[in-house]
Amino acid sequence: MRLSAFDLACRRGGRDVFAGVGFSVGAGEALAVRGRNGAGKSSLLRMVVGLVRIAGGRLDLEGGDPELTMGEQAHYLGHQDALKPSLSVSENLRFWSSFLGAVSADDGGALAAVGLEALAGLPAAYLSAGQRRRLSIARLLAVKRPIWLLDEPASTLDGTAQQELSGFMRAHLAAGGLILAATHGALGIDGAHELRLGGAQ
Amino acid sequence: MSPLTAILVRDLRIAMRVGGGALMGVLFFLVVVTLTPMALGPDLTLLQRIGPAILWLAALLASLLALDRLFAADHKDGSLDLILLGRAPLELVVAVKALAHWLTTGVPLIIAAPLIGLLLNLDAGAEAALVLTFLVGTPALTFIGLIGAAIAVTLRRGGLLLAVLVLPLAVPVLIFGVAAANAAVAGPVPFGTPFTILCGLTLASLVVGPFAAATALRQEIE
Repeated sequence: MRLSAFDLACRRGGRDVFAGVGFSVGAGEALAVRGRNGAGKSSLLRMVVGLVRIAGGRLDLEGGDPELTMGEQAHYLGHQDALKPSLSVSENLRFWSSFLGAVSADDGGALAAVGLEALAGLPAAYLSAGQRRRLSIARLLAVKRPIWLLDEPASTLDGTAQQELSGFMRAHLAAGGLILAATHGALGIDGAHELRLGGAQ
Repeated sequence: MSPLTAILVRDLRIAMRVGGGALMGVLFFLVVVTLTPMALGPDLTLLQRIGPAILWLAALLASLLALDRLFAADHKDGSLDLILLGRAPLELVVAVKALAHWLTTGVPLIIAAPLIGLLLNLDAGAEAALVLTFLVGTPALTFIGLIGAAIAVTLRRGGLLLAVLVLPLAVPVLIFGVAAANAAVAGPVPFGTPFTILCGLTLASLVVGPFAAATALRQEIE
């Protein structure tokens, strides 16, 4: 599996955010997208899953499922955690694993992996920001999808949880997945490629 | 659980829990209808004559109450992005969300209507006709409102725009709903004539609503 972008351009609200962006990520590889605030890191990730229109250039996925769109084969972990405060931790995860199409989702295992199994019955309204983020990450573990798009995945996580996240990412890469992550800090993955946005301007 | 069942169960659960607003619509409906005889005075003939119209107007306004949160809540917390990445067709997801909304706001109205009809001096025949028009007509209100909810999804105070967009579209449903209920009481048209048109309006809204709403959502999420 290989995700390639050629000469991508992004235009939002009448403003050119970036142009001429290209990259290529293969199975088992990670790409760290870096750049200053407003350089278009989030827009690039959203563009890959199809939530932002491609203003120019093209995106190719070799070796993916031709029946599915890019978004349907990808996990998108955005700034928002997509949790309902009135539902419990396990209900939130169960909903996403059912909706995103896991045949036999291992919700319990995913909750244990992010260290939230003791809070499974608690309404998500009572979670801290870091716990909410960990519950979102559990979604990536419960449902297997080959492409992970992570937008500032480590924000709000403490040091231990950041190391655990790096562990999840290494396991995903070892299983043949690929990762695009927008981040300011270190990814914690050896040999990650780097894409710098806004450098030319 | 299939993706669509998952959406239905989730939306029903959220509506039933604290702050979900499942009962707000029906409470509003009861308050508005209760106020009418107080404002008009105890003129039983007048109340009987305008009763179906009052009930339909109150139901129309009540069904708009929680509608602005149908997609706006999912948009605000990022759920809508992930829903677009699911493998279930957006049109069906939108229709299931509307179904969940109708089950939690429309059905309570249908149950409350015959009870509150007593306040407006409706007799048994009129109440039966009214319940029948509610049963057929309230899904149309929800599915027409769906379009407005999708268009107003990114606006912070979309409720006002929603009302302005949706109320004119709901006029035919209101006209034929009230006409059918009145025909059952007073004639001269047989009940079936306006009622059949009401059924037609509902069927059309069930088809058009999800497609229009899904198109609007795809445009808005950028």
